[in-house]
Formats: sequence, structure tokens, C-alpha cells
Amino acid sequence: MAARSPTTTNVTAFAAIGLQKRYGSIAALRGIDLELAEGELLGLLGPNGAGKSTLVKIGCGLVRPSAGTVVVCGAPAGSPAARGAIGYLAELFRFPGWCTADEVLSLHQRLAGSDGGERERAELLDLVGLTEARRRKVEAMSKGMQQRLGIAQALVGAPRLLFLDEPTSALDPAGRRAVRAILEEVRGRGIAVLLNSHLLSEVELVCDRVAILLDGSIVAAGRPEELMRPRGVEIETGEGTRVFEGVAREDVPRLVTEVVSAGKPVYSVRVLRSTLEDVYLDAVGEEA
Amino acid sequence: MHAVTIAAYALRESLRRRVFAVVALLTLTFLFLYRLGVRKAFEEAESAFPPVGVEPDEFVGATLMGMAMFAILFLGTVLAVFLTLGAVRGDAERGLLQPLVVRPLGRTTFLLGRFLGAAGVCAVYVALVYAAAVLLTGDAGGWWPDRIIAPAVELAAAVVLLVALSLLGSVFLSSTANGIAVFMLFGAGLVGGLLGQIGEAVGSPTLLTVAERTSWALPFEALYQDSLQRLTLEAGGVTRFAVELGPFGGGQEFGSWLPIWAAAYLAGVLALAAVGFARRDL
Repeated sequence: MAARSPTTTNVTAFAAIGLQKRYGSIAALRGIDLELAEGELLGLLGPNGAGKSTLVKIGCGLVRPSAGTVVVCGAPAGSPAARGAIGYLAELFRFPGWCTADEVLSLHQRLAGSDGGERERAELLDLVGLTEARRRKVEAMSKGMQQRLGIAQALVGAPRLLFLDEPTSALDPAGRRAVRAILEEVRGRGIAVLLNSHLLSEVELVCDRVAILLDGSIVAAGRPEELMRPRGVEIETGEGTRVFEGVAREDVPRLVTEVVSAGKPVYSVRVLRSTLEDVYLDAVGEEA
Repeated sequence: MHAVTIAAYALRESLRRRVFAVVALLTLTFLFLYRLGVRKAFEEAESAFPPVGVEPDEFVGATLMGMAMFAILFLGTVLAVFLTLGAVRGDAERGLLQPLVVRPLGRTTFLLGRFLGAAGVCAVYVALVYAAAVLLTGDAGGWWPDRIIAPAVELAAAVVLLVALSLLGSVFLSSTANGIAVFMLFGAGLVGGLLGQIGEAVGSPTLLTVAERTSWALPFEALYQDSLQRLTLEAGGVTRFAVELGPFGGGQEFGSWLPIWAAAYLAGVLALAAVGFARRDL
């Protein structure tokens, strides 16, 4: 299933067309069509081995596709122009333990050709809440701090497209909330984000669109509210709570009238929708 | 510009990881023992040796300096391996590499930077330890090599070749496997040199051919042997024969093609590493 008909325009941050990747006899990606507009936040969901990280790595130029085309900000993925337009946080990454947070960002500024200097480093460390840890060595940081430094590193040089592979995997709930706030801020700056995550609630909260991968194919895609189908209406009366399945929001006035006519006082009405988790499990199957 | 940034990064990494501290400790131990040995050897040379026709000081000085050259090559190899054994696959497995190579610098530039950093450090290291060994030998016995600069350059070039081989290995092998492979190559070169020495002693053309071909196939060994023979370039007669039977492979002249071949070999190894790295999925 195509996430959107891919047409590479100047407002397209990322476009994959017929993308395939094979590792020997194993097909990691089986013809992916996916497009991401500038400033859009796309959540990539799927079980382990679905091909999410492979897709991101191809976008970053770390992995070569077996077939198909990937365009990043108007340039072929992996080209110097494409690499100059992206920021990347790998699922498994490490910075040298002997480097301070400031040194890590300084190194990446030089490699990214950023002239932001001290001001950019201070701003990024402030964004991820590491201002106080500026001179702290990576080896003295908690995993969560390193993860936030990783996000700051990915934002060096003001990228137009950010690839984040499980950015909250090592974070506690407070850390995850902080990352969500960072993502909102990033989107506010017009940076497109391709976010790999297992945390459905997180994706549901921040993503403009969602694509679900299974065995190297996109099996569901769309805006979260489009994917989450109506599941019925719940009405609380004096006799308790009753769920009317198979009805929609439009049916609420009629249902309330019927209940009140039957002499039951109505205390609350709630339209039920499936969650992203329901959508995900429907798409990939319970066993996945 | 990016290559310089990566070279500086590699240099700082090795400093912070205390690789230099370990190598410095080994080097000081070696130089201390060498100083002790060279003084004793010169003191006892007059009474212990001189067979007819052999210059005692020449024999002792050249033999000990030959041993020092081998030790310097070995220490240089240790440094080269430690600085590069995990430069690509090892760092990729640890997640250190990916954030760097997604930047616009390009993989070839990254590899070149790693090479320049490690090669620069190793070449300077070899030159410094060589200079120290020459000074200690001269101070202890008043013996100086016939050529001083050229052996240092060749020894440094030999270690630079080993840096390139180790970098090539790091593209395809895990850190441990690469370290083992480079030391095996180093050992193979050494065995080749020893075979040549035995072949010369027993007059075996087969062994000499095997040794020569091994040295051309592993030109760091050829550079080492060529640097050895330059120590006693002007010695003659029995003294030269005795010196050529040095403890870790005798010196041998490889002619003017050696630097050209070594440069081509280096370029080939680096090109192979660049191609392998470019094709590698990370």
C-alpha cells in the first residue's frame, strides 16, 4: 500500500519509489512507495524486522538499495547534497566517551559545514535540556542524556529532514515527554521528521501521518485520525454504562433521545474510536 | 578539510584512549633495556669476539641496531594496529561510525582522514624511537650507522604500509580478527626474511627466491630489510658477512624499484579499502 502517491517536488523532503532491499535471500524491503513533505512528521511503525531501520538507513546513505529510487530534499539519497540536508539519530549509536557534549557538537558542526559556532551549540544543548552538561564527558552521562545529546547532534547544521530511529527507546516517561516537546519544536521550525518508534502512544501524539510496515511492505498508512475507525458510542445512565456498537457520532442525538424517552437519565456520552494500537494490531496481526 | 578534521579526531581519540600511554611505557622499557644491553655489549666486545677480519665495534653496533630496528618495527606495528584495527567495522558495530559518515564528508574522505591520522602518528613515532636508538648506540660505543636518515624513512614507510593494511582489514573484519590478521601478516614477512637468511647461510636458491618474493608481496618487510642493509652500507669483507647474519633477518638491497613499488602498493591497498568501504552497508 502506498503511503501517498510519490511525486518529487521541491516541497518533498523524502520520497521512496519502488524501494527494495535484499540481504542475500532475505527481502528487507519489498517495493516501498513513501513520501514525506517538508515540515511533516511521519511515524514509521512495525514489528522488529519489518524494515523500518533499513528504510531509514537507505535514506541516510548508510545502506544501498537493491532497487528503486530514494530522493532526499531533491537529491539522490547518499549523495553529498542529500547528506548535507539530513540529521540522523541511529537506533544504536555511541559517541566517544572522552568527548564532552560541546566537543561532540563541535565535531559535527565541522563535518556538517555548519557556521553556527558557539551560539548554535548552546541553542541545541538548551533545546535538549543539556545546558548544564555542556562540559560533561559522554562517559559520565546517563543513557537518557546521551540520547538527548544524540538528538542535538542530529540537529546540527539545521537539517531539512531528520531521521530518528527509536529516539526514546532509552528514556524514562519524563524523558519521552521531553523528546515529544523537542519534536513539536522541530516541526515548528519546518523540519520534516521520519520517526521510527515502537511506542504507539508517542507516535499517535506527535505524528501527522503514520505508516505501518510489515515484512518490508507498507500495510497501512494515513493520518492517525483517519486510521482510527469509530467503534461505537458509550452512554452512562442511571442504570450504568451501555455501549452501542456499530454507531457513529451522527447517531448520538437519536440514541440520547431514545434513552431519555425510555425514562433513563443520561449523565455522559462518549464516542468510541479504535486506538492506534488497535489499528496497528489489525494491520500486523496479534502474533506480530 | 574534512580529512584533516577526521585525522585530528583520530589523533585525539588515541590520546584520550591512552593508547599512547601504553605504547610510551613499552617504548621506555625497550629503550632502557636497549641502553643497558648496548653498553654491556660494547664493553665486552673486545674480549668476547673479534674473529679474524671482523671489526668488533662495527659488528656489535650494527647487530644491536639491527635488533633495535626490529623492535621499532614491532612497536610501530603495535601502534598501527591499535590505531586502526576497528576503524570501520569495529566502530560501525559499536555505533560510533554512523553519525560521522552520514555527514557530507564522504566515506573515502573519512578513510583518508583515519589513514592520515594513524600514519602520521606512527611515522613520527618510528622516527623518534629510531633516533633514540641511534643516539644510544653512538653514545655507548661510538658507532654510527653508515646511513642515518634513509633507514628511518624506510622503517617509517614500512609502518605506514602496515597502517594501510590494517585499515583495509578493518573494512572487512571485526576488530579482533583484523588485529590477528595484521600480526599474522607481520609474522609472515618476518618468516620470509628469516628464510632468506637461512637460504643465504646454507646456499639455497629456493629459500632465497621464496624470501625475495615474500618481501615483494609484503613490501613492509622489503623496506625493513633495505633499511637494515643501509646501516652497514660501507662495511665490507667478513664484517659485512657477519652483520648480514643479523638476528631478525639480514639486510638486503632491493634497489630503486622498491620505493615505487611500495608507493603503488600503498595506493592499491588504500583504493581497495575505499572501494570496500563504499560498497559496505552500515
